[in-house]
Amino acid sequence: MRDPQALLDPLDRPPWWRDRRVIPWLGQGVVALLLLVLIAFLLGNLVHNLTTRGMLLSWRWLGQPAGFDISETLVPFSAEMPYWRGLVAGLANTLRAVLTGLVGATLLGTLAGMASFSRNGLLRGLTRTYVETIRNIPLLLQLIFWYFVVFLSLPNGTAALQIPGVVLAKSGLYLAGFGQGMHWSLPQLVNGVWQAPLRLSVEFAALISGLIIYSGAFIAEVVRGGIASVPKGQWEAATSLGMGWFATLRHVVLPQALRVIVPGLNTQYISLAKNSSLAVAVGFTDLYSVAETTLNQTGRALEVYLLLLGAYLAMDLVISLLMNGLNRFVQIRER
Amino acid sequence: MRRRLKLLGMSFRPTRAWALPLVLAGLLAGCAQDGGSGVQSAKLSMVQGRGKLVCGVDGKLPGFSFVGPDGRYTGLDVDVCQAMAAAIFGDASKVEFRDLNSSERFAALASGEVDLLSRNTTMTLSRDAPGGNALSFAPTTFYDGQGMMVPVASGITTLKALAGKPICVESGTTTELNLADRMREIGVAYTPLKFQTGDQTYAAYLGGRCIAVTSDRSQLAAKRSSFPNPEAHTLLKDVMSKEPLTPATTNADPAWADAVRWTVNALIQAEELGITKANITSKVAQAKANPNQPDLRRFLGVEGDFGKQLGLPADFVVKIISAVGNYGEIFDRNVGPASKLKLDRGVNNQWTKGGLMYSPPFR
Repeated sequence: MRDPQALLDPLDRPPWWRDRRVIPWLGQGVVALLLLVLIAFLLGNLVHNLTTRGMLLSWRWLGQPAGFDISETLVPFSAEMPYWRGLVAGLANTLRAVLTGLVGATLLGTLAGMASFSRNGLLRGLTRTYVETIRNIPLLLQLIFWYFVVFLSLPNGTAALQIPGVVLAKSGLYLAGFGQGMHWSLPQLVNGVWQAPLRLSVEFAALISGLIIYSGAFIAEVVRGGIASVPKGQWEAATSLGMGWFATLRHVVLPQALRVIVPGLNTQYISLAKNSSLAVAVGFTDLYSVAETTLNQTGRALEVYLLLLGAYLAMDLVISLLMNGLNRFVQIRER
Repeated sequence: MRRRLKLLGMSFRPTRAWALPLVLAGLLAGCAQDGGSGVQSAKLSMVQGRGKLVCGVDGKLPGFSFVGPDGRYTGLDVDVCQAMAAAIFGDASKVEFRDLNSSERFAALASGEVDLLSRNTTMTLSRDAPGGNALSFAPTTFYDGQGMMVPVASGITTLKALAGKPICVESGTTTELNLADRMREIGVAYTPLKFQTGDQTYAAYLGGRCIAVTSDRSQLAAKRSSFPNPEAHTLLKDVMSKEPLTPATTNADPAWADAVRWTVNALIQAEELGITKANITSKVAQAKANPNQPDLRRFLGVEGDFGKQLGLPADFVVKIISAVGNYGEIFDRNVGPASKLKLDRGVNNQWTKGGLMYSPPFR
């Protein structure tokens, strides 16, 4: 007796090895199996070679004293503290550079992007020159230029560049702020050394200048693209209602442009975070710099690189997550 | 009809998917497992097969390894590489030099990118130990100590006077750690400014970003010789550490490490025996003519099989000395009286003259 399923079929089903619904799955299964074997082989190879060289993963070194110093830290660190504290101090420095860079580059990029639609031809020209020059020079070169050419040729002591509240010297960037006892105080020269409530090292200043100006150029293009995506009719409608250039941009164009800008911005933010690792070139002790010293002292290359990969991946994923949230917020919500 | 299928979220055409493992298998063909080394050194066979030695050097340090205007490498570290090439091939020119910064050097050696690291590297326990960098060190080729260089105009004469001042240092060096140790000992707070390469470190020092720069004393002297105004800089009297600069190979191939060790020993032994580049031919003739000088005959490979035991030609010592001369000649030519650095032999003299250079016997 034939089974009821077969009765519904106008044709007899072929044997499984000729069945069109089975063959593709079979193919995929074999491929998946081969992939698994391949991965197992690679892992086995890795473990075998690491074992013969005595380099199997070990994390005990993280608790040993680091033995090196870090010049500027947000979290307290000294040479007798363990390696992991050093790495945390490095991460804090990286985050400081990335956050400052993000804020600065966004401001600069937005202004430059808006300025490329200005009615003032000179401003438009300057913006285009800025974007086209900066975008086309490697960031590493720019950082080295900022540090060795610009900041290291600053004068020191009384000859330092001074604008009220800000002193720019070779030893650092000094800013006015609330100092001891919450009194507003200006940078002062004490015994030939500048003192101020807020001090940025020139290494940090060179790094964020480079990052902000470089990423700002890319963000300017993202913003320009976003604004250009808003139909011309929107501008004309706003103008006919008597709105000025800035009011049109602020109330009509930018809110619509954000939908296009935010995804592009996400990419730029992620690359800024990754580019911050070029800090080693200008002597700023970031996560990568600490990791490199650690690697040299301990010889644990694999572990240190795994930590580095993990840290940068996590940082970029968090940025992505936040930007995706922002993206959902600015999209048109369909009801 | 072809159907698209989803696997791990990716869609494949079934027929194309068959090609994937083939491609991956092809990529893998090159990644065979490392074989264990027997009596014959795997590394030595590989170098012989390749026809040249790949040697890791600094490349920017006058006196040790420096590229001249004619594009040729010279220096004490370079001569060690050339001695090794002469020992293997009988031809000192069969070396390819790789410039490595202090952070790259151990990874380059561990990964096999260079066969031999002859790059003013300090021998330490953690770099030697299998649980650390797992290097295998040859005999030391230069006994050095860490120093501190300051501009003469700064008026600084002691380490204590550096309190609160920025000090430039190359990251990933023993000097970075010694600096932290010494300053902690004398209780002086300072600001370390770390750079990835020597070039950046000295550029920042010359740019006036730091009041002092610290490194091995020989390196400071070497770098100073290439400054625009060498007299404006001085080395403090303090010697902050011991820095035995030593060629290194990996722990993985002891037979290769032996070949390197005895090549360096040959340089030192030749000086002790008074064998030089100039008189090597007559010394060989003398050894061949005179069976009553067994030490000399064994050293020059006229009798015995020392070369063969190391996997090298029987007359490897003759090849080495003909190519680069003995240790004393190498020292004088690169860092001693005949060079710009004009360093004293000091502790780098032969043990017979009160120094530390001492080769174990060739027997």
